[in-house]
Amino acid sequence: MTKKLLKGNYAVVEGALQGGIDAYFGYPITPQNEITEYMSQRMRAEDRVFLQAESELAAINMVFGAALTGKRTMTTSSSPGISLMQEGISYLAGCELPAVIVNVQRGGPGLGNIDGAQGDYFQSVKGGGHGDYRLLTLAPSSVGETYSMCRDSFDLAFKYRCPVLILTDGVIGQMIEPAEVDDTPLKKDKKVKDYGWNLTGCLGRERRVVRSLYMKEGALEKLNLRLAERYEAMKKETDWEESDTEDASLILVGYGTSARINYDAARRAREKGMKVGYFRPKTLYPFPSERLKELSGKANFLVVEMSMGQMVEDVRLAVSKDTHVEFYGRPAGGIPETDKILEICKKMTA
Amino acid sequence: MKIRHHYCTGCGHGIIHRLLCEVIDELEIREKIIAIAPVGCAVFGYFYWNFDTAEAAHGRPPAVAAAIKRILPDRIVMTYQGDGDLAAIGGNEMLHAANRGDNITVVFVNNACYGMTGGQMAPTTVMNQITTTTPYGRNIEDGYPIKVCELLKELEGTVYIERTSVDSPANIIKSKKALKKALNCQIEGKGFSLVEILSMCPVGWRLNPQQSLEWVNKSMKKQFPLGVFKDRL
Repeated sequence: MTKKLLKGNYAVVEGALQGGIDAYFGYPITPQNEITEYMSQRMRAEDRVFLQAESELAAINMVFGAALTGKRTMTTSSSPGISLMQEGISYLAGCELPAVIVNVQRGGPGLGNIDGAQGDYFQSVKGGGHGDYRLLTLAPSSVGETYSMCRDSFDLAFKYRCPVLILTDGVIGQMIEPAEVDDTPLKKDKKVKDYGWNLTGCLGRERRVVRSLYMKEGALEKLNLRLAERYEAMKKETDWEESDTEDASLILVGYGTSARINYDAARRAREKGMKVGYFRPKTLYPFPSERLKELSGKANFLVVEMSMGQMVEDVRLAVSKDTHVEFYGRPAGGIPETDKILEICKKMTA
Repeated sequence: MKIRHHYCTGCGHGIIHRLLCEVIDELEIREKIIAIAPVGCAVFGYFYWNFDTAEAAHGRPPAVAAAIKRILPDRIVMTYQGDGDLAAIGGNEMLHAANRGDNITVVFVNNACYGMTGGQMAPTTVMNQITTTTPYGRNIEDGYPIKVCELLKELEGTVYIERTSVDSPANIIKSKKALKKALNCQIEGKGFSLVEILSMCPVGWRLNPQQSLEWVNKSMKKQFPLGVFKDRL
């Protein structure tokens, strides 16, 4: 690994290339334009498929097409564009196809603004599109983690044959900081692999049909139960980061950019003598509920988000009944303030 | 292979499926074709097709096909779409795949209504045609029938555009020739090809099969003249 000064959005590209991306499709939207622009250079230079789509609808359906062939494919967008993609994401889930979607969140609802925000948590982990499906959702909180999560997301998507969502935000996307990157050369595997489900033309085998329409009684239920089983198996991918939680009477919980603010606030609270810990889910689905439940016997929680409270619901569902869960958030581009967090810490640890 | 037909009596899809499958066999591309089925009656095309097929979201087959072709340029990629799928909800995907000159083949079945949902107005419903959502006949407030071939021929990216019909043996033979030419266009790497086929929907039109054939001949062809609109082969 080498340390490199990298912008969050460029880290998506470099991570995806290291992860073996074969085809990228995207449509311009701020604050993630650097991804599509940089992809247009890098993918062509590496002799891979790049296509600027005519809309986010087309982009996600191009991803669907690429995924059908068994190739590693990705699209990226920001909140309003991700809303447009929900139909396609539901189809990817229904057809059990692997793909990676990156959401560099901005303020909403509607056209909103172009500031970093965290208003899309519900959309990401509670469904988003129609039907009873889930997305394996990863939430990086640094440029380096954006790189590694993008790199590893393809393996996860293929392991579970499902779309993987990387939920980041405009702050991390636009931020430049040192990041650990691989120095191994990119894999150049142009062969068409046969996974037993992908469409490549039926030469030498029975033809295949990829679909999500099941009209026969019970057939669709069977698909949904199969998906549910897979989501259950996915639980072993649950990942989080925690520090100073052992003796904490209060634990700050946040993901992505909010977690960076929490990290600083927890450190400062410790300096002031408050027993404050830090907890950051790295996977939002599956959510580290079990670990939060374990911790909840000893500590209360303050959940900080760049929204008016979305992930806090999952924290409340996870913890034991008598645990006190407070929330502090600022929506639509507002950045939670460390001093405000410290003020709440003081009250909650008094 | 014995399979019970799900299409209605007098429907044109069965004829078009057969033509398509014959052409695919004659061109010996069955093992390298990847077909994208629409949302609409032909979503079940794979009941009858013995080659790789995927369903796509409503209207999106051209985007799906474009990606597949760019990834697997030596495969043959075809979409099979109805008028609602291609010309209404999927208008944008159709336009941009055609304009990019994606080397795919679109089989566009125009039956002037939404067949699967019970015969509502489609973008290709002709003027004065009665449908379940134009109970007094399509009038100017509902907008005009969209002429896909005439529209797409203007785009630089398109190579071969033809409109045929399946209302008579002579036209069925012409349709087969057009399908073969369109797939050959792709095989030769020339670029975007589309065959629009005027087809019968007796149930959607509330006509019997015989009347439906006559209606294609008398009413549809006036609105949608048959012919080759573009041939840069």
